Amino acid sequence: METITLTIDNKKVDVPRGTTILKAARQLGIDIPTLCYMELHDMNIENRPAGCRICVTEVQGRRNLAPACATKCEDGMVVKTHTTRVLNARRTVMEFILSDHPKDCLICPKSGNCELQSMAHKLGIREIPGAEIAAMSTYRKDTSPSIIRDLDKCIMCRRCEMMCNDVQTVGALSAVNRGFMAAVAPAFEQNLEHSPCTYCGQCVAVCPTGALTEVDHTPEVLRVLADPTKTVVVQTAPAVRAALGEEFGMKPGTLVTGKMVTALRALGFDYVFDTDFAADLTIMEEGTELLDRLNRYLKGDKTARLPILTSCCPGWVNFFEYYFPDLKEVPSTAKSPQQMFGAIAKSYFAEKIKVNRKDLVVVSIMPCLAKKYECQRDEFSVDGNRDVDFSISTRELAAFIKQANLDLNNLEEGEFDAPLGESTGAGVIFGTTGGVIEAAVRTAYEIHTGKKLDRIDFTELRGLEGVRQAAIDFDGLEVRIGIAHGLGNARKLLNDVREGKSQFHAIEVMACPGGCIGGGGQPLHHGNSEIIKARAAAIYEEDRKKPLRKSHENPFIIKLYEEFLGKPNSEKAHHLLHTKYFEKKKKIIVKQ
Amino acid sequence: MTKKKIQIIVCGGTGCSDKNSNAVAESLTIEIEANALENDVKVVRSGCFGLCNLGPVVRVMPDDVVYIGVKPSDAQEIIDEHIMKGRVVERLLFTDALTGKKLRSAQEMSGYRKQMRIVLRNCGIIDPENIEEAIAHDAYEALARVLTTMTPDEVIKIVKDSGLRGRGGGGFPTGLKWEIARKNKADEKYVVCNADEGDPGAFMDRSVLEGDPHAVLEAMAICGYCIEASKGLIYIRAEYPLAVARLKTAIAQAKEYGLLGENIMNTGFSFDIEIRYGAGAFVCGEETALIHSMEGLRGEPTVKPPFPAEAGFRGKPTNVNNVETFACISPIILKGAEWFSSIGTEKSKGTKVFALAGKINNVGLIEVPMGTTLREVIFEIGGGIRNGKKFKAAQTGGPSGGCLTEKHLDTPIDFDNLVAAGSMMGSGGLIVMDEDDCMVSVAKFFLDFTVEESCGKCAPCRIGNKRLHELLEHITKGKGVPADLDRLRNMCLVIKDTSLCGLGQSSPNPVLSTLENFKDEYEAHVTAKKCPAGKCRDLMEYFIIAENCVGCTACARVCPVNAITGERKEPHVINPEICIKCGACKEKCKFDAIIIK
Amino acid sequence: MSSIKIELRQEDVSKIKEICASFNNDPQELINVLHKCQEHFGYLPAEVQEVISTELNVPVAKIYGVVTFYSFFTMTPRGKHPISICMGTACYVRGAEKVLEEFKKELGLQVGQTTPDGKFSLSSLRCVGACGLAPVVMIGDKTYGRVAPDDVRNILKEYENY
Repeated sequence: METITLTIDNKKVDVPRGTTILKAARQLGIDIPTLCYMELHDMNIENRPAGCRICVTEVQGRRNLAPACATKCEDGMVVKTHTTRVLNARRTVMEFILSDHPKDCLICPKSGNCELQSMAHKLGIREIPGAEIAAMSTYRKDTSPSIIRDLDKCIMCRRCEMMCNDVQTVGALSAVNRGFMAAVAPAFEQNLEHSPCTYCGQCVAVCPTGALTEVDHTPEVLRVLADPTKTVVVQTAPAVRAALGEEFGMKPGTLVTGKMVTALRALGFDYVFDTDFAADLTIMEEGTELLDRLNRYLKGDKTARLPILTSCCPGWVNFFEYYFPDLKEVPSTAKSPQQMFGAIAKSYFAEKIKVNRKDLVVVSIMPCLAKKYECQRDEFSVDGNRDVDFSISTRELAAFIKQANLDLNNLEEGEFDAPLGESTGAGVIFGTTGGVIEAAVRTAYEIHTGKKLDRIDFTELRGLEGVRQAAIDFDGLEVRIGIAHGLGNARKLLNDVREGKSQFHAIEVMACPGGCIGGGGQPLHHGNSEIIKARAAAIYEEDRKKPLRKSHENPFIIKLYEEFLGKPNSEKAHHLLHTKYFEKKKKIIVKQ
Repeated sequence: MTKKKIQIIVCGGTGCSDKNSNAVAESLTIEIEANALENDVKVVRSGCFGLCNLGPVVRVMPDDVVYIGVKPSDAQEIIDEHIMKGRVVERLLFTDALTGKKLRSAQEMSGYRKQMRIVLRNCGIIDPENIEEAIAHDAYEALARVLTTMTPDEVIKIVKDSGLRGRGGGGFPTGLKWEIARKNKADEKYVVCNADEGDPGAFMDRSVLEGDPHAVLEAMAICGYCIEASKGLIYIRAEYPLAVARLKTAIAQAKEYGLLGENIMNTGFSFDIEIRYGAGAFVCGEETALIHSMEGLRGEPTVKPPFPAEAGFRGKPTNVNNVETFACISPIILKGAEWFSSIGTEKSKGTKVFALAGKINNVGLIEVPMGTTLREVIFEIGGGIRNGKKFKAAQTGGPSGGCLTEKHLDTPIDFDNLVAAGSMMGSGGLIVMDEDDCMVSVAKFFLDFTVEESCGKCAPCRIGNKRLHELLEHITKGKGVPADLDRLRNMCLVIKDTSLCGLGQSSPNPVLSTLENFKDEYEAHVTAKKCPAGKCRDLMEYFIIAENCVGCTACARVCPVNAITGERKEPHVINPEICIKCGACKEKCKFDAIIIK
Repeated sequence: MSSIKIELRQEDVSKIKEICASFNNDPQELINVLHKCQEHFGYLPAEVQEVISTELNVPVAKIYGVVTFYSFFTMTPRGKHPISICMGTACYVRGAEKVLEEFKKELGLQVGQTTPDGKFSLSSLRCVGACGLAPVVMIGDKTYGRVAPDDVRNILKEYENY
């Protein structure tokens, strides 16, 4: 590609044609502040509406200032990034933005982790001129099961709109209204609950301010922990341990499994268990279902629907229930690990410790916001008592730990409690894209062929490519596997299935880019995809270190089937561990 | 078609239509039929004559006699006297305000004398719903010449040499624009006509489309030939139903005559035109926003480059020109680049259409050579200020422009001089203000428009303009302080410097230019808390002159808030604390006892 | 933006489908589709937008985003006699604001509202290009020029029996 030379702040730099001023400046180590701009490089995700105008720079010969994020370099260009004209413009624009933003940082959930707050600090804003006569654009606050929208805090960076439409193709959010009242909202400015929202939480994950935040269940969890009549059980999803440390200043990709267990115990949970155990259980159910469908299919049974689709991601389930209800028989009927855990905890485990299920509270720690919605679904409760009572995100857990004056850095390594804390490496890798299907392959292969695997690492299933495919040799039977993360990528595979063009036997789908490690409830990556890569590496590291790495080898899983469930896909297993799907899209009412 | 000897042209422009010129045309037709004259006399509905405040206007050709303020009941007299007996109906003629003379022809009117009609050449002369009349007035002759005798490069050279610059506001050289679009290769390209005229007080494009739609269609086809596009789109405001109807008729007729569509004039060149509707968003006048709107999206502008000529409608190279620019093309082809470039100033060639409005006697559409002075426009063509008031300022460029003052009266109007004066050409609205207009309020009015029309995409335009408006409001309420003026200026400069598109980049112009030219007026508002023009209600004080007051109590009785007290037959007093400044008392007082301080 | 809950009749749904089909269900024709639907229904209630969303395969949020962007589109039914006051510059300098105030006072309405009996609705318009007649008021298709605040009551009287 053609290289051009330009000068930024008196330094010469060579860049390929097409490079923006922002990237050229970063190449020189020059920091141009940005607000609306966001890039997730490895996933080809870029948000560049050039709307905030904070990154403006002075280009010689140009009449007005140029946004660095969206202005392409030209040969011989002379750019100044911090002249007085630029500084004054940046400050004034920032004053404009802040003049239309609430000043309740003290009780804002984003305080301390807010890009707008940091920028105000960075630009040294100490007062907002004219604030006393400045009208604010105000909107109705919306609370859904997972997400709170507080549009008073929206700065129109459009990141959420881009994630919801371009990346996830959910189409729940759009820019609405015009001018001063412009904001990003669902159709008719209704609540998210009445929109196609899947609660994947990617909008929350990228929101630079407190406009989009999760529903915080920490107060309820604190209340049950303080209630002596309740036995409180906690389960932790695999992706949490690979990211929680970031909230305590640790390097991205630091595994904090043991410290997290200690912290949870210190917070007063009676039993600290692991969702990874339920992930192993999921593999037993889903893997068996896969083999069953596959064998029936190979025998020419026309009722056997292939490909089978994974069903552990609640955002993904919401997505196909809304957009592909005609395919609702295609996904595996296996519940997600969170819900399998809840079902087993409130039946098998409750009996075991002789506690009435009404007095047993199950809390889950999830990298996910859709899990909050999932545990509230009607089909996951018995007589109004939920299998999983509360789901809190990695971010909420971090805040909770800090409230208890615990510093994760200085905690001892603890061990999960038995029996629902035992897991294999297969359960751990659920946390990253490709992990569920790899875990399923490890088990399905051995059950189908009756042979031991020579290699356990299926690297062909790993990576951050949005859509991946691989063919695995099941001892002469080629099993074709598709993987998609991000709902937009999933939609492509689903369209093929709908049109009968899909050549896969099994497809894994994760709603969030990167899988659960990039979930909507994780510590904010602020657009740095290196963080997601580091978390994935940590997940695979934990898997490698585990003595057992295949779900069917988990001794407690074996025992659970012997003692309680019978066989995978047995009637009891079906009752407790499987579910069904519903059509979500509301029908247009027609008056007769 | 055999031409009838006499044509009675009834103005069908919006102004006249609204004053029921339709009924006038109908009455004339009835009278003609009643006198069995239908073989000799024909009634024709035309586009705007440009005499909007005199309507309904009727012109009898070939005598070239113009009647104004014609009512349906006048039809009989016009037919009986003028047509049958050859006697001009004196009472319906225009009376020159200065000489008191009755004028027969429009050309004799002082307003017409300084004008030169290139864009409006056929407006008010032809029946816009009859393609044969257009053809009789040279329509499609340029297209024929281009398609049969010229290469695209030759045509582009003529347009370049003519010095024609875009009439939509920016003034970008049209030939160069075509050349760039021609050079970008693609399997499909588009020609777009921007007819989303949205400046308050501007109706040039509307008049051209209503009066001479073929001028635009022909030029679009010529442009299509030059840039190798086979598809044209006209983006027009849905609020212009008459223009839309006439365009549709014109397109259908042109297709019927083989002047649009497949294989035009058997040359192998095909070009089709579709109409796309705007839906009320001023920002869609900006090219990229217009294109997004045509693609079914919110009309939000995007960063340029890429320019539409590289990636426009549906990602294909697209050439966007406005109505008036297109209307200049055919005459340039037919009469040559040299002819066109001989008109106007060094860097602004040809003519410009202005919509005169505001406190001026002759409201209407005018077309003058570039370089005509503001004085000529306002005082000679426009007939001066209404009610003998004093000229204060003229706003060009609508909400994106600035105001010109007395010191600019003798500046030749062209693209560059207007920019130098802190305004801009814009699309051609020219609004005249007199001594009674408060310039702070005028600036506030334009900001009100911008705030309403900002798309909301970029922060400085979305929030900054709102803050400007609030501060102006604050000042007109008498709550401003001198430091506010510096803050006002800084906000203006930053909004100009940082906004994403032309709307935000020019929205502070009305404030900046009034701040520059009428600083004292702003200062009066923030220091003495007075509005020199007496327009800002909050800065007024109603006061009763005791000597003039006879104590009739009429004012006290009409006051809605009981702010006026006084004994019968004794001078009354207004309590300024209670007074809401509605002015009811002043209107009621028969003794001129109530004044505004 | 508020919207009135309505139920569509089968023929309404068919009409919308017909309009969409006439534009080949092309999402790029959304604005034309909205124009046609508003022409037919008088306004664009949520339910109409939902049907368009299905037909054109565009998220309804995006359609709502377009509807609320353009001032020509409305989600509230207009009155039987929609009153529009031109707020173009020419009309403004000739006192359109006072005329608008008078209409507000006479009808007890704010801009964008409709009288409870559905008879009148009030809106302000961008320049309608009839500056020679400023200030201009439009009621339905009828134009009133050079309107003074004092004329308002008489103008409204014309509609007493309609």
